[in-house]
Amino acid sequence: MGVGIEVKELNAWFGKAQVLKEISIKIGANKVTAVIGPSGCGKSTFIRCLNRMHETNPEARLSGSVQVGDIDVYKHGQDAVDVRRRIGMVFQKPNPFPTMSIYDNVSAGLRLNGFHKRRELDQIVEHSLRMSALWDEVKDVLKKKSGASLSGGQQQRLCIARALAVQPELLLMDEPCSALDPISTGKIEELIFQLKAEYTVVIVTHNMQQAARVADYTGFFLMGKLIEYDKTEKIFTTPSDKRTEDYITGRFG
Amino acid sequence: MIRSRFQNGLDELKERLLEMGGMAEAAIEMAAESYRKRDGRLAQQVFARERQINQSERTIDEIAVDLLAMQQPMATDLRFVLAVLKINADLERVGDLAVNIAQRSLDLLQEPEVEVPVDIARMTTAVATMVRRALESFLSAKIEVAQAVLEMDSIVDRMKDEAFVNLVAEMKRNPEQVRSYLDVLLIARSLERIADHATNIAEDVIFWVSGADVRHNFRLTQEADSDAPREQ
Repeated sequence: MGVGIEVKELNAWFGKAQVLKEISIKIGANKVTAVIGPSGCGKSTFIRCLNRMHETNPEARLSGSVQVGDIDVYKHGQDAVDVRRRIGMVFQKPNPFPTMSIYDNVSAGLRLNGFHKRRELDQIVEHSLRMSALWDEVKDVLKKKSGASLSGGQQQRLCIARALAVQPELLLMDEPCSALDPISTGKIEELIFQLKAEYTVVIVTHNMQQAARVADYTGFFLMGKLIEYDKTEKIFTTPSDKRTEDYITGRFG
Repeated sequence: MIRSRFQNGLDELKERLLEMGGMAEAAIEMAAESYRKRDGRLAQQVFARERQINQSERTIDEIAVDLLAMQQPMATDLRFVLAVLKINADLERVGDLAVNIAQRSLDLLQEPEVEVPVDIARMTTAVATMVRRALESFLSAKIEVAQAVLEMDSIVDRMKDEAFVNLVAEMKRNPEQVRSYLDVLLIARSLERIADHATNIAEDVIFWVSGADVRHNFRLTQEADSDAPREQ
């Protein structure tokens, strides 16, 4: 099952530049939450703070607290690798392991964690590929084809399957469809909708129609601040803040 | 200007709808005038005006559908386009009702002139004012103006009820004139229906401007039904 998220007074910096300012937000379990805002508003940094990816940049710093289910993400002594294992992430550009087979791509995370039971691995690979709506397209070539041999849309679903295989509690997606054609985008969006039965999903997107289509809640970021956060239908029909209104109606700047 | 093509489309919708509103207003007044002056030519002009209104309705629908399909309006723009589509339908109905009044006026020309205990002129003024105010509220995006239209509706309803009672009494007294009284009653009813459409237009303006649905006597307050925490 998905877990809820509570972020309190989160501030983040790259060097001297503050990119997130006093973000406090509660994200519901088993909901899809979209994060929207113009380039440079801090939305990607925000989700990278949820699974400690932010600190992989040597210039990065942050303050504040993030609670994901029972994980206190920034607790002293908390293992960052463990956090990242429990919080899956899918990136803008599909990044399968190119030379590994489809099967190995999906099972890599588990095997890396010392999980080697053949039959259970088979089951998890199949389940993950079914969840990511790729199974029917690849079931006959699981060990014959490499990750790189798939189309862009298939590669992205493979990356989602890889993220799901380790059974994360939360799935973060950073512009997962921006490199995909409309048909693949439609499949991923349908998938996101299905995933919320078992996962909490936070998705960063530049595509507002996409946010409107897939998300239960939407947060609007601007210059490092969370301006408005509400039910998606409210944000896209009657936003409360003028700045949100200006952004989503395209009158920005 | 960002998205100038989109903005031009919205501006064009507004202009065309106001133009159509002007035609609808004129049609009401001509129809009422044709009744008051027993003037068949004015009634004919109402029919011509109604054809123009129908043409406008189609054009406005087309522009609105194109904007929805090509520009995917959001928030206030989305509410605006939706309101325009609904107001468009209301104005088209106003045109039809003006035609009904004109037809009754032509009917009355076939009958001898009778005294009627109904002030159609006063009722027309009230109804035309409602339509004009509703269009003003659309032009100026002012909720107060729209609200005033909503309040006028009950006055017109009362006028119609009164006309009904008086005309039925008159029908009993002078059964040979029933046809004329019936025509006048139908005119009063058409006017009352036009007032209902003016009310719908005012409600759509309130929805566009504030996002609140005030139809069927719901209060002018946005529902605070969100369970998400709101940030500054």
